Amino acid sequence: MTINKSEVPDIGLTGLIRWAWRQLTSMRIALILLMLLGVAAIPGSLFPQRNQNPQKVDSYFTTDPTIAKWMDRLHLFNVYASPWFSAIYLLLFISLIGCVLPRTFHHLIAIGKKPPLTPRNLDRMEGYRVVSTDSEFALSVAKIWLKRHHFRVRVEGNSISAEKGYSRETGNLMFHLSLILILVGVALGSLFGMKGEAILNVGDRFINTPTSYDNITFGKFQGQGSLVPFSLTVNKFVATYDPVTSEPSNYVLTTSIANPIGTPAKPIIIKVNKPWTSGSTKVYLQANGYSPVVTVRNKAGNITFKGPIIFLPQDSNLSSLGAIKIPDMTPQIGFIASFIPTAGSSQARGIFSTYPEVLDPRLVLSAWQGNLGLDSGNPQSVYSLDTSAMKKIGLKALTLGSTYDFGLGSITFDGWKSWVNLQIVDDPGKMFALYGAIFAILGLLISLFTRQRRIWVKVGDGVEIAGLAKNGIPGLEEELTALSRVLSEAKGESE
Amino acid sequence: MTSTNLAYFSNDAIYACLVIFTIAFFSHTYEVSWAMKNVATNDKTEFDFSKTQRAGRIGTAMMTLGFIVLAVAVITRGFSAHRVPWGNMYEFSITGALMLTAAYLFAFAKYKVRWLGLPVSISVLLTLGTAITVLYRPSAPLVPALKSPWLAIHVLAAIISGGVFLVANLVAATFLIMERYELKGGRPAWAQRIPSLDSLDQLSYRLIAFVFPLWTFAIIAGAIWAESAWGKYWGWDPKETWAFITWVAYAAYLHARVTVGWRGRRAAWLCIFAGSTFLFNYIYVNIWGTGLHTYSGL
Ligand code: HEM
Repeated sequence: MTINKSEVPDIGLTGLIRWAWRQLTSMRIALILLMLLGVAAIPGSLFPQRNQNPQKVDSYFTTDPTIAKWMDRLHLFNVYASPWFSAIYLLLFISLIGCVLPRTFHHLIAIGKKPPLTPRNLDRMEGYRVVSTDSEFALSVAKIWLKRHHFRVRVEGNSISAEKGYSRETGNLMFHLSLILILVGVALGSLFGMKGEAILNVGDRFINTPTSYDNITFGKFQGQGSLVPFSLTVNKFVATYDPVTSEPSNYVLTTSIANPIGTPAKPIIIKVNKPWTSGSTKVYLQANGYSPVVTVRNKAGNITFKGPIIFLPQDSNLSSLGAIKIPDMTPQIGFIASFIPTAGSSQARGIFSTYPEVLDPRLVLSAWQGNLGLDSGNPQSVYSLDTSAMKKIGLKALTLGSTYDFGLGSITFDGWKSWVNLQIVDDPGKMFALYGAIFAILGLLISLFTRQRRIWVKVGDGVEIAGLAKNGIPGLEEELTALSRVLSEAKGESE
Repeated sequence: MTSTNLAYFSNDAIYACLVIFTIAFFSHTYEVSWAMKNVATNDKTEFDFSKTQRAGRIGTAMMTLGFIVLAVAVITRGFSAHRVPWGNMYEFSITGALMLTAAYLFAFAKYKVRWLGLPVSISVLLTLGTAITVLYRPSAPLVPALKSPWLAIHVLAAIISGGVFLVANLVAATFLIMERYELKGGRPAWAQRIPSLDSLDQLSYRLIAFVFPLWTFAIIAGAIWAESAWGKYWGWDPKETWAFITWVAYAAYLHARVTVGWRGRRAAWLCIFAGSTFLFNYIYVNIWGTGLHTYSGL
């Protein structure tokens, strides 16, 4: 695209706008925007994204804060929601609409029309040839042949103009209109949807209100009151593992769900590829892990804490890490702990887990006393202990049922529970995206495999035939050859 | 046979394939190098191809045999694990090599492009060699996230598309090399029987136009599966992102050809670029990438 300097000044503002619009909706700009969208998607796959891998983003900030700050300013940690990425796809969207709607209109008109007239000089067209044949029959033979091969035929005097493959444009438009439908679906999902996560121990009951979630985000126009009013009880969770590779082979979550709350609960099984569905809301089984159950007593023997604590898995054998915080003792007590489902040990690594299932569990504790820092106002992770104002008072590995006396009290390793991470998603736009995708494929198939071409036949001294293959699609030659053979054979008949 | 025996059988079949494709490779090389020798001694512009005819036929027979044995290897691998054989990168690789061979045999049957056997057999050998040495994993059940009918649908569509993309790339690369020779004054003897530049150009276009809808379908099937497994049909996971980039690149290729009228060298480069994004996705994202797809294991 070269801008002609003399062109710009005398077209005025509306002219300029019209010019810009024509550029934007031109195939060339659409192509450039499309390529640009592809290129713009690359950085998001090379740098960690905040919504996918926040820890890794943080590590960029700790290793090199200045560069990380600049990367952040360029939205490199949030590429797919960045202004520049949005700008590209919005422009492409507009370009697509501006390009496709007028074409749809023209196409609807063209469908009802006859093929255009035969050009005067056929010898300039593709595959031009002259067949010697009896002129009386030639035109009707050609007409019959063309009709049989699905051409639309227009006879005008001594010539035929024929065209086929209108459905190519139909498919083409269907494809591009479907892309718009997909984009509409995506937009609906992000404006009216919601997504949240909740971690639950086996035995817990979840009530679908915003406060029950560990984190939840709503679309711009989605009200908080619009959650499906169900309650879900986690009855049982079973994970099975391959004994050879230790890889998980199946997860089965058994729940009972009352929807809406107050109605009798029904037993529901949720698996990784089998979410529970209510309307456009779905509940997925996302992750799982172990919560060791402990009882902490003070020196007097009174219970200061009792219950399961969610630990985070660290490796494929589910060694899990967590923190146990007892703010109600003086001084405050905290434990950094790891839960080992099946213990093995070696000189080099100490105690580690050899299998993800709980066969021979250990709870390895390091005990700390001092200030847990819970009142400092800084938000704290429940999975780690802030030991900046604490002092280490001991270390112990507990087997199931055993107790560790850390001087100021004792902790007993009572047992363990499984926890599951449920992801709850409402995406009202996804059906649009799905239908868009289905129609896009259909349109694509129609448009890529329909051959659009014209053939002209003109009777004079001999029969002239020629054709035009739109977009250089191959196959015209063969068709012209077949037609000319039919025509020259027709001569034999009439003799 | 027990599962373990089946798995061993599958491995043996892969080793057999290495031998078979090596023979195919040497046959095709012989076909090519004999023609070269021919020109050196006789210095003619006409060549007697009858001498290399048999080597070429052996090459084709070996490619066909290799295809069958490889198919057996892939199928028994699946049976040994009681599932479709697409659970980890080793299995993707051997199935990919199978699809590449299939795409070649298809192109050979339809367009008589025997010469393609040379680059195809090298690519298959490289793929199988890396698969069995670097990527090998014992046969095992699927991790829960892969347990879905969509695995078969999505992965099969993606692997077939990949095989055809690679063949299209080989054709485009051949186009570029032949064009270079022709610009420098003519093709060497061994390249005489490779089709004209025009047919090479058309062939890579046809291959891509043929699989582009399938690739589109593979992405959509992936999205549907992601919706049922992860709760989100599109999450810009690195794998998804690069599948999208490949899709955009091929869409640009088709537009450049059909609506802007690109042909020849520019189209061939664009084709190779698009194919490279596919390879990048397969190699880089599977091995070094992070994201939900990497659970498929190396
Ligand atoms: C977003 C991704 C896009 C993809 C994957 C795509 C794909 C395609 C494909 C495969 C064709 C070939 C159909 C044929 O052979 O006729 C095509 C044709 C076409 N596309 Fe797109 N397209 C995209 C975006 C756009 C946009 C944004 C525009 C408009 C500005 C556009 C305008 C056209 C036009 C006008 C044709 C018809 C070309 C002709 O037949 O002369 N496309 N598109």
